[in-house]
Amino acid sequence: MLRLLGRQTLQVISGFGDFALFTGRSFRSVAHARRLGRRVIRSLYEQGTVCLPVILIVGIFTGLVLGLQGYHVLNRFGSEGLLGALVSLSLVREMAPVLAALMLVGQAGSALAAELGMQRNTEQIVALETMGVSSHGYLVAPRLIAALLAFPIQTALFVVVGLWGGALSGSLLLGVDSGLYWSSVERAVEARDLRECFVKAALFGLLSVSICSHQGFHADRNRAATGARAVSAATTRAVVISSIVILVADYVVSSFFV
Amino acid sequence: MGHTGHHALLVEGLCKGFDGRSVLRGVDLAVPRGSIFTLLGPSGTGKSVFLKCLANVIHPDAGRISFDGRSLGPDADPELRAEFRRRCSFLFQSNALFDSLSALENVALPLEQTTRMVSGEIRERSLEALRQLDMEEFCDHYPGQLSGGMQKRLALARAIVTHPELVLFDEPTAGLDPLRRNAVFAMIAKYQRRFSFTALIVTHDVPEALAASDRVALIEAGLICFEGTPAEFSSSDHPVVRGFRDSTVSLDEELAAIRREPLPS
Repeated sequence: MLRLLGRQTLQVISGFGDFALFTGRSFRSVAHARRLGRRVIRSLYEQGTVCLPVILIVGIFTGLVLGLQGYHVLNRFGSEGLLGALVSLSLVREMAPVLAALMLVGQAGSALAAELGMQRNTEQIVALETMGVSSHGYLVAPRLIAALLAFPIQTALFVVVGLWGGALSGSLLLGVDSGLYWSSVERAVEARDLRECFVKAALFGLLSVSICSHQGFHADRNRAATGARAVSAATTRAVVISSIVILVADYVVSSFFV
Repeated sequence: MGHTGHHALLVEGLCKGFDGRSVLRGVDLAVPRGSIFTLLGPSGTGKSVFLKCLANVIHPDAGRISFDGRSLGPDADPELRAEFRRRCSFLFQSNALFDSLSALENVALPLEQTTRMVSGEIRERSLEALRQLDMEEFCDHYPGQLSGGMQKRLALARAIVTHPELVLFDEPTAGLDPLRRNAVFAMIAKYQRRFSFTALIVTHDVPEALAASDRVALIEAGLICFEGTPAEFSSSDHPVVRGFRDSTVSLDEELAAIRREPLPS
């Protein structure tokens, strides 16, 4: 029992180390990568444009639900005027970075892990290495750069449509004065809230893309499965680990900002 | 072992094992410069592992690999390794083509990523490589839209576009019919002559390999048990060579014996 616990602890530590080395190597390879721009643009399209509709849909419904639930809670205390503050702070500080990151993992992250897993499976990654091309620089670095660029913008858009969703349910459907709602939003959100939002967005985007890349890139390390099953196992692991890590990181970052 | 000057590649005492099982048990091999050298052997004898050790995809447990007289061991200068990769190409059994890139982009990839050539020059040279393999009209096709033989030609175009001095072929005829096998070996011989690279082929197709190669070697149980010219291979009395060479004859005899057996009543 003790031995098993020790072995698993060592495995987790070595997994962290391996992940850190993988991410570090990917960033380092940017210095030597050639024609990076085109691949960054492609990754921006995959992570940004393709994921945007889902993020916007989730954003508007999150705002609608926050407006609805918030109104009924605040109504008990006669504080409907604070609805804008409740919706905006919930969105900016927690909901937007976390939910948008989970959407990114579900859509772009899973596709990324599966693509890299297939490339590992069909020896495309080994082929790059035999050509003298850095597989980290060619396959992973552009995606990390794209995550850092696209994800804060997506999170900001999530916040904007979420605020409109809150306004829609609070003002249009439940009768809260529109001017009161927006002035409450303006008074509630401070610069440090926005800073927290963007720090979280950049960190979650980076973590999720990095974890999904790592899992797909090393899909062949799974001894329990090979071929298509190894790819599907890597994709599942990528989504599960990324989701858990985002929630843990959210708690850690929040505790620094509160 | 021969003189390094005549040899593009020199391998001494190469060993590799997986999970306590020895696959290569001290392989010695000298590949003459500008020749077609074929390493024969039944499946599972470590041919592909040997080739991947040469390409530095798998790290050997022991032994020495020298390219152009310079050692590529674990303590080798990274610059030397990088130079080896620039001067060597690897043709994978599975072709390892990038399915999200077109034929032209696949061929251009090593030039784009490892040289400082400008885009126009890269495109021209990639098209030239495709033209030489009669693939120019398929330059916009994706690998998934090409037949097995065309994918093989595309992989060869990608391998030769950098004008390598050494090309490693891992089972280039795997999964192909006899006609296509002949065509692939003829293609290798043709382009080896045209570009004068050294070709090291790993295969178990004996007749085609003997026809196309300058020298052949046979690997058995992780050791080289024969090395010589195709003529010497054909006339060798070495029991392993004879067994491998005559395997088709043995099959005929075995089938004849089965046919002679009376049918169950």
